[in-house]
Amino acid sequence: MSEIVTANRLADGVVVFLDAEGDWVEDFARAAVYADAAAVAAALALGAEAVARSQIVDPYAVAVERRNGHYAPKALREAIRASGPTVRRDLGKQAQGQAPVFTLDANAEGRHVSL
Amino acid sequence: MYRYDEFDAAFVAARVEQFREQVARRLAGELTEEQFRPHRLMNGLYLQLHSYMLRIAVPYGALNARQLRKLAEIARKYDRGYGHFTTRQNLQFNWPALKDVPDILAELASVEMHAIQTSGNCIRNVTADHYAGAAADEIADPRPYAEILRQWSSLHPEFSFLPRKFKIAVNGAAHDRAVIQAHDIGLQLVRNDRGELGFTVYVGGGLGRTPFIGRKVREFLPERDLLAYADAILRVYNLEGRRDNKFKARIKILLHEKGLADLRDAIEAEFAAHDRTGLALPAQEIARINAYFALPPLEAKTPVSERVERRRAKDAKFAKFVESNVAPHKTPGYAMVTISLKPIGGVPGDASADQIDAVADLAEDFSHDEARVSHEQNLILPHVALDDLDAVYDRLASVGLATPNAGLISDIIACPGLDYCALATARSIPIAQRLSERFGDGARARAIGPLKIKISGCINACGHHHVGHIGILGLERAGEETYQVTLGGSGDENAAIGEIVGPGFSSETIVEAVETVVETYMARRLGPQEDFLAAFRRVGIAPFKEALYERSAGADI
Repeated sequence: MSEIVTANRLADGVVVFLDAEGDWVEDFARAAVYADAAAVAAALALGAEAVARSQIVDPYAVAVERRNGHYAPKALREAIRASGPTVRRDLGKQAQGQAPVFTLDANAEGRHVSL
Repeated sequence: MYRYDEFDAAFVAARVEQFREQVARRLAGELTEEQFRPHRLMNGLYLQLHSYMLRIAVPYGALNARQLRKLAEIARKYDRGYGHFTTRQNLQFNWPALKDVPDILAELASVEMHAIQTSGNCIRNVTADHYAGAAADEIADPRPYAEILRQWSSLHPEFSFLPRKFKIAVNGAAHDRAVIQAHDIGLQLVRNDRGELGFTVYVGGGLGRTPFIGRKVREFLPERDLLAYADAILRVYNLEGRRDNKFKARIKILLHEKGLADLRDAIEAEFAAHDRTGLALPAQEIARINAYFALPPLEAKTPVSERVERRRAKDAKFAKFVESNVAPHKTPGYAMVTISLKPIGGVPGDASADQIDAVADLAEDFSHDEARVSHEQNLILPHVALDDLDAVYDRLASVGLATPNAGLISDIIACPGLDYCALATARSIPIAQRLSERFGDGARARAIGPLKIKISGCINACGHHHVGHIGILGLERAGEETYQVTLGGSGDENAAIGEIVGPGFSSETIVEAVETVVETYMARRLGPQEDFLAAFRRVGIAPFKEALYERSAGADI
C-alpha cells in the first residue's frame, strides 16, 4: 500500500498534505508517502493533533500509486482535489505547480495534468 | 424591489457580528469543528473539495445593480474573480477563506444581502418565477409572498432545527417556471371563482435520491392564510418527520410513508387547531409589501419596434438572439431578456466579475435597476424597452454574454459536480461543455427545438436531472465515471420524474448517447411543432431504449 495524509487548512480551506517533517504543506509533491498501516495511523495521529491545535480540519488518508515515476492519487476525486477543477486549469494547485504529475508527456512545464 | 427597513438592517448586521465572533472563536480553538459546523452552515459556508464555498442568498432571484457590483467586487477582492449562479437562484463563491468570510458578509449586508439559511436544516432561500412582475402571462407577482415567507422564516425559532432542509417556491403564472412541484412546499398563485387571490398548495415534492413530484394538499388557500398554513405544514413535518435517518428525513418521505390523505388531514387539523389570528396576513401588510414590487413606470409603446425589425432583417445573430432570448412583457413595447450563462463550451452558471459588472450596468441603464437569477442558471433583464434591444445585445455580445440559446438544447443546467463538490461522484460540467459544443446554438439546436438537459454529479440532484427532458446523473462505478440517462422528466406544471432508460454510459460515450436520443426524437416527431417532451409522451421510452441499446454501440455497460 501507499498512502498520503491530507486535510484542509482551517483558516483558508486550502488543501494541504502532511510532509515528512510533520508540516502541513500545499505542494502535493512534498507529501510523505506511507507504506504501511502503522505509518498511516501515526500520520493520522499527527492529523488529530493538528485538528486539536485548530490548524487543519478533516484529515484523512488517500491511496496513491506510482505512475511514470511519480506518485498520484488513485481515485479521480482525490486527483481533482489535489490538482484543481478540470474545467479551470487556471485555478487550484495545478495553476501553482503544486499538483500531482500524472503523465510524463512532452509538455513544456513538465507537470501536465491529464486526468 | 424590497428594501430593508431598520429592523432588517439591524438583524442582518447583528448576524454578521455574531458570525464574526464565532469565526474568531473557531480560529482561536475555542470552538471545535463539530461545534462550529452548524453555525457556518447556517451562514451558507461549506467546506468543499478544494476550499470553503460561500452560498449567498438571492431572495427569489432578484438583484439590483448595486448588489451585482458588490458581488463582482467580492469576487475580485476575496475570491478568484468569478461567481457561480445556482439552481436555487443563489450565487456561490468557490474559494473564500474562512478568516475573510465575516468581512464578506459585512460587505453583503451593506447592499442588503446575506447568506443566512442557504444551508442547514432550516427553511432555505425562497425561490420564485424569474419573470415575476414582468411576464405577460402572469396571474400575480409571486415576489411579495416569497418576501413575506422569507421574513417569517428567517431564524424562525421553531423551524431552525428541522429534521432536514426545507425548500419553498412560489410561481405566479399558469406556466410553472419555478419548478414548484419539486419543492417541499410549492405555491401556485391562482384566482378563485370570485376573483380572489390565493394559492394552490403542493407538498412533498423533491429530487435527490428519492424523487417525488409534489402532491396537492389545498386547491385554494386564501392569501391571508399563507403563513398560518405554511406554519401548519412545518409543524406537522417538524413533529412527524424522521430524524433517525437523514436520507429519509425530508417531508416527501413523510408524505410517502403516511399517505397523502393522512398528511393532508394532519395539516388541516393543525391549521384548524392553531390560533390563526396571530399569523393571518392583514390586507394592509400585503399591500405594503406589494408596493415594494410595483412595476416600474413603463410608458406603453407600440408592440413592434421598427428598430428591432430592421436589425433582425439584416443581422442573423441578432435575429437568433431575439428569437430565443427575448420573451413578452406585460407592458406593450417591452420585453424580458434572458442573458444566457451557457456559452458554448463554457461552464453553466459561471460569470466573471467583469460580466457581473456589465450586467449591473445594463440593469441600471435599460431595466429599471432590476436583474434576476433563474433556476436555470441564467440572468434576466426583466424590463427592457424593445427599442433598446439592439443596444443591450451589443453590450452583452461585447462581454461574451449574448449566446442565443435560452431554452434550447445547449442551455444546460449542470451542478458543479466533482470539479468542485465534496459530495459529487462524477463530473457534470465537462459533460455539459461537450454537449453544448456538439449541439451549439445554431441551426441544429434550433431545428431540435425546446429541449432541457439537466446534469447532476451525484444522487443529491442539485442539477435537477430527474426533471430534465433528458436527465444525466453522474455516478462512480469501479473507479470510473458513469452516466445514467433519464428521459421524459419535466419541471413545469405537468411535472414528471424522468424514466431511467437503461444501463449507464461512460464519459466517452455519453455525448453519443444523447446524440442517439436526439436523433430518435427527430426521426419520430410529428413535425417541428412537436417538441421533445410531447414526442416522448406520445411514443414512450421504447424507441429510445431500442436505439440506445439494440441498434447503437453506445452502451458500454
